[in-house]
Amino acid sequence: MTRNTVVALAVCAAILLVLPWIIGNEFYVNMASQVLIYALFALSINMMLGYGGMVSLGHAGYLGIAGYACILAVTAGYDQLTAAVFAVALSTLFAAFFGVLSLRAPGLGFIMITLALGQIVWGVAYRANDLTGGDNGIRHPARPMPFGFDIRDAPSFYYFTLAVFVIALFCIWRFSRSPFGASLMGTRDQPRRMRMLGHNVWLVRLLTFVMAGFWASVASVLYVYYNLFLSPHAISLQQSAEILLMAILGGASTLTGPIVGAAIITLVKNVVSTYVERWNTLLGLIFVVVIMFMPYGLVPGCVQLWRRLSRARSRKPASEAAP
Amino acid sequence: MQWQFWIIQTLNSVAFGGLLFLLSSGFSLIFGLMRIPNLAHGAFFMLGAYFGYTLLQLNLHFWPAALLGGLGVGLIGILMERFILRRLAGNEQGQVLVTLGISFIIADICLLVWTGDPMPLPAPQALRPPLRIAGFAFPTYRLVVLCIALVAAVALYLLMERTRLGAMIRAGVDDMEMARGVGIPVSRLFTTVFLLGATLAGIGGVLGGPILNAYPGLDTDMLPLALIVVILGGAGSLLGAFVGSFIVGFIYNFGIALVPDLAYFVLFLPMVLVLVFLPQGLFGRVQI
Repeated sequence: MTRNTVVALAVCAAILLVLPWIIGNEFYVNMASQVLIYALFALSINMMLGYGGMVSLGHAGYLGIAGYACILAVTAGYDQLTAAVFAVALSTLFAAFFGVLSLRAPGLGFIMITLALGQIVWGVAYRANDLTGGDNGIRHPARPMPFGFDIRDAPSFYYFTLAVFVIALFCIWRFSRSPFGASLMGTRDQPRRMRMLGHNVWLVRLLTFVMAGFWASVASVLYVYYNLFLSPHAISLQQSAEILLMAILGGASTLTGPIVGAAIITLVKNVVSTYVERWNTLLGLIFVVVIMFMPYGLVPGCVQLWRRLSRARSRKPASEAAP
Repeated sequence: MQWQFWIIQTLNSVAFGGLLFLLSSGFSLIFGLMRIPNLAHGAFFMLGAYFGYTLLQLNLHFWPAALLGGLGVGLIGILMERFILRRLAGNEQGQVLVTLGISFIIADICLLVWTGDPMPLPAPQALRPPLRIAGFAFPTYRLVVLCIALVAAVALYLLMERTRLGAMIRAGVDDMEMARGVGIPVSRLFTTVFLLGATLAGIGGVLGGPILNAYPGLDTDMLPLALIVVILGGAGSLLGAFVGSFIVGFIYNFGIALVPDLAYFVLFLPMVLVLVFLPQGLFGRVQI
């Protein structure tokens, strides 16, 4: 890590820590929590998309499985911690199962199968009235009290989310820098060579799928704590597409990209939906424009632009000096 | 009574399978040739149903309305292929995501134009009274839909196996590079296949209107079914789309009738079995 990155990290951490004081207004503090939750979703999908080259359109399925499992377990009388652990474990187990199925088809069939699986979770949530309340959704009884802290008001919930987010971010950062991460990127770029080198490409991909599922499940539990409510609308194809778009818009294969993308999409969505009802058209338009004109996303694009500018600036005096 | 239930459900299943075939045959051909799952296909189906509704409001007869509605959707398919997908040639992943973005735009515009209420499409007057054979009553319209799907299947089969165009499409599906090499205008084939697939989906939408109604969400209800048909039957194969459609039609319809809570879950089982034992699908020509 260079000194610049350390400074940048410290500044980001300081801003995130004092954010509730800076913005004050409860509405915006809640929005910040929302950004963090979606950033975790986007980071988890990016483990597959950015480092593994696997495009999943079923990510909202984890929100369905983990979310409903958490709510139902708490409603059934289990304590919050047991419920959360159970929800994440169950959803991660499903991730392993979905991973085995989706990885039967390499390439674009993968998108199709993940989409179908996500829609099946949605369909079950929609139809199984007795369990999930169908279209009306179900409420989560109350937010938990982790280590005795009360996280019912907006700022303390923000800090709780931030704590979970930082732990997740650290783990995902370690993951991307680990030998395993390197072999994953190898399977993305040169699957055949990796196979020849003795790597089990299928297993590398499956483990990534499961890890992504795990972090998506953690984000799902946070989502349920934040909204205290879950309905099939929250786990529709739009949700999966939004999460995927966040990672692509910000820039897949970078760590900061999905966070930036999540912040932009969440803010735009909140601002736009207060004025107009046409969020889906805008979502579709952003999708088309980003894919057509910025396929590598904002963060890599800005970095490239910055480099070109600074190179131009350093070249200018040199060319003036040599007539 | 019991017999009547089973017969009616069977007929509903095959009629629904026919609709699915109209939807998924185009999807499968596009996938086979261009290697992209067109995620806007469900939106094409829904758009067809809404076009049909408006054309029927304009006092057009049912059959011309079905044809015009289908062609309208086909036109949109061509525009999408020419002006958007073509610009992303070679970037299949981008193409898939763009089709998803377009499906959101289409769905939202439908919501804007036709509001959120379900729109019923009336079946043609002559086909409304049930057909009575040997004491059983059959819904005539569904029988006709089934017949149209069968005719379309035969026509598509002849097109693919007996015409020059079909031979070129088959060549493109089997080996794109080689097809280009021997001088087949593959990029014009893309447009043709997109027109064909979108038109079939649009006609399917109009024909499905009297059975399913046109409502927001019809697209995301139909798209996964088309995906499962293609996963089951195998991509790029007409026979696969045909067999897959009727399997899914039966499972989905009987699922709704017998275990309404788990209708979607039952669909999952055949998909899992096929993926585990036959990852190419029952009649797949290309690796999905």
